[in-house]
Amino acid sequence: MTQQLKLGRVPAGGSLLRRISADRPARPVYVALVLLVVLGWLVFALDGGTFLGQENIVGIQQRSAALGIVAVGQTLVILAGSLDLSVAYLISLTSLVTAEIMAGADSGVPAAVAAALAVSALIGLVNGLIVTRLRVHAFIATLGVALVVRGALDARYDGPAGSVPESFQHLGYDRIGPLPVSALLWAAVAAGAWLLLSRTRLGYRIYAVGGDAEVARLSGVRTERVVVIAHVLCSVCAGIAGLLLASRLGAGAPTVGTDGGYDLESIAAVVLGGTALAGGRGGVAGTVGGVLLLAVLDSIFNQLEVNSFAKDVVRGVILVAALAIYARGRRTR
Amino acid sequence: MLRMTGIGKSFLGVRVLGGVDLEVSAGEVHAVVGENGAGKSTLMKILAGVHAPDEGTIEIDGRSVTFGHPIEAQRAGVAIIYQELTLLPERTVAENVFLGREPVRRGLVDRAAMESATDELLKSLGEESFGPRDLVRRLSVARQQVVEIAKALSLNARIVVMDEPTAPLADHEVELLYTLVRRLTARGIAVLYVSHRLREIFDLADRITVLKDGARVTTAEASSLDTAGLVRLMVGRELDSYYPPRAAGPPGEVILSVRGGGNARLHDIDLDLRAGEIVGVAGLQGSGRTELAKALFGAEPFTSGEMTPRRPRSVREGIAAGIGLVTEDRKAEGLLPNQRVRDNALLVARATGAPRTGVERLLERVRLSPPRPAQEVRLLSGGNQQKVVLAKWMTVAPRVLLFDEPTRGVDVGAKAAIHDLMRELARDGMAVLMISSELPELIGMSDRIVVLRDGRLVGELPAGSTEEAVMRLAAAS
Repeated sequence: MTQQLKLGRVPAGGSLLRRISADRPARPVYVALVLLVVLGWLVFALDGGTFLGQENIVGIQQRSAALGIVAVGQTLVILAGSLDLSVAYLISLTSLVTAEIMAGADSGVPAAVAAALAVSALIGLVNGLIVTRLRVHAFIATLGVALVVRGALDARYDGPAGSVPESFQHLGYDRIGPLPVSALLWAAVAAGAWLLLSRTRLGYRIYAVGGDAEVARLSGVRTERVVVIAHVLCSVCAGIAGLLLASRLGAGAPTVGTDGGYDLESIAAVVLGGTALAGGRGGVAGTVGGVLLLAVLDSIFNQLEVNSFAKDVVRGVILVAALAIYARGRRTR
Repeated sequence: MLRMTGIGKSFLGVRVLGGVDLEVSAGEVHAVVGENGAGKSTLMKILAGVHAPDEGTIEIDGRSVTFGHPIEAQRAGVAIIYQELTLLPERTVAENVFLGREPVRRGLVDRAAMESATDELLKSLGEESFGPRDLVRRLSVARQQVVEIAKALSLNARIVVMDEPTAPLADHEVELLYTLVRRLTARGIAVLYVSHRLREIFDLADRITVLKDGARVTTAEASSLDTAGLVRLMVGRELDSYYPPRAAGPPGEVILSVRGGGNARLHDIDLDLRAGEIVGVAGLQGSGRTELAKALFGAEPFTSGEMTPRRPRSVREGIAAGIGLVTEDRKAEGLLPNQRVRDNALLVARATGAPRTGVERLLERVRLSPPRPAQEVRLLSGGNQQKVVLAKWMTVAPRVLLFDEPTRGVDVGAKAAIHDLMRELARDGMAVLMISSELPELIGMSDRIVVLRDGRLVGELPAGSTEEAVMRLAAAS
């Protein structure tokens, strides 16, 4: 019966685009992903490679893992109506914290991991408090924190430092069966965030605060606390990505976060996945789709040996087009 | 069950409520009526814990209560359903009903329990057309009200306040609301019903409390009153302010004329505006007053009908046709508060490329005092801000000027100055249209009054008509 009702409300003759994005924010990105996979398969077939071969799939997963973990965290803050531009420098910072504390010794691993996560949680707390207590817009608050972290990094480091023991490098390079450990880590973070958002009170409150902070407040939600927690979780995700990258590099590097463009790319992945930049609508499933979409696109570009300028042009066009499509879908009321 | 005694409240030194008593018993529909500004909404917000009263006491079941936050009022069993609904459009019905109080099992939200509880609530309200999992965004306003009421019931509300609940509803939806209200009272819940639609009040209410100018006039059994009697209680007041004299002679030529104008909110509008004349527009909230001004101006254009000069399809066309609009919400729609007086006054001229006028001359024309072009507009008083809006229009010398609530939030002195300016503009040959919720102002200023109801012009009254006559046309149904 409810099904009928829904069909009745979508205006008759609504375009395909509208119907696809009508109720499930994550749906369009998966439709696009399937189309892109088909396209990729064609391109590889014509080019004489195998797109769905193990090597390529593993490549896609590995490339996605770090961005994916950051983007999951970014999803949480964006859903809560905030934003985090400090993730890239935080990744660099945690990679250095990790590698310096480990200093190539197996015995340093637990302390290093704990320290990296603690540093990121602290940065998240600072972000959250600046946004809620000082009422600075998240864009500026997290940009300011990003600059502070950059300054600290530039003052101390001018290249890679520290080193991680071989045992820790398993995180970045090992596979269990066909699945890279890093991809499993990403999956675990995403699953955790999904559970948080769809099955816990905190998750419900994140949606409520991002949807309408005043409505949430009048329903007894402590809105500031929710925003602070979302920032802490986002930064912890960035810290996990920093651990992963340290493991890959075998060392910490002051530019590993910014080289990957994790700040803006993670936001791009989130909005590609249908999450509203203003908050309150969307979810992790869309973000995962957005990250995969960017990765598949990348591997197609690599196969075609497209130069990196053209890559950026195409990615920019796709991002803008995706948001235009969402804007159309939202006009179904 | 509920007893409010001697409630008083002032905002910024302006007394909006004084010594108001209100008693409500279980299972009763108690209507609270009064003109705009009579203090209805303030009284209800005090009950709901949004405002704290300056004086007076509230008792529920004989126990004295004070609310510092809406949550405390909710816990005491008071739920308020605002005109603007407080729901999250992107969440489901169940998620909205239990927002902030989601049931938890083993640390996780128990969706099944939440949804079945919501389902039961909806069924008990006789609502079958949607379920707990539907997105609120996809529901009509009437159904969203049902969600609000379900939320109130889940909080064990015993007093439900409805503030103008039918304003956003279509005609056929009003019946649904009636049924809903009766279901609530059948459970022993008291409903406080704020409205100025008289028919609804007589349909629903057991007792009626009339407020005027922040004080209670009377509380009476609904059966002891009729429409005329109620209107007299609501408006009976002497015209105590001064208004500039009306136009001496007959009005001039027709400058703007609409025949059969219509769009989504307006239907069959026939209207002539003449040079030298001030036409007042009366109507209840939601009757389409602002929409009429915006349609004439081209901001939300008519989609059908004839208009001379040419029907504007955009604001630029409206301005080109010599029409100006002084909007209801100065800060959001009329001015750039963080910019200087000069930039605001020249806004329209710069946008349209009209010839430059000396800002000093403009400010003198609208009698801005002190005339400081470099001051930021947000630092000005409400009255002076309105004068800057007027100055903005003077640069393009419009032939028709539409005023939407021109003196809202303006102090008494500035109000008279704005009234004088409006009359002066009319005398200089402009056609003036004025929307106002304040009946004394409307009657004091207008050369004739047209009345809007549900997007249609339902009548025209001559200068000097009584408030009763206007209200009867505006509220009848």
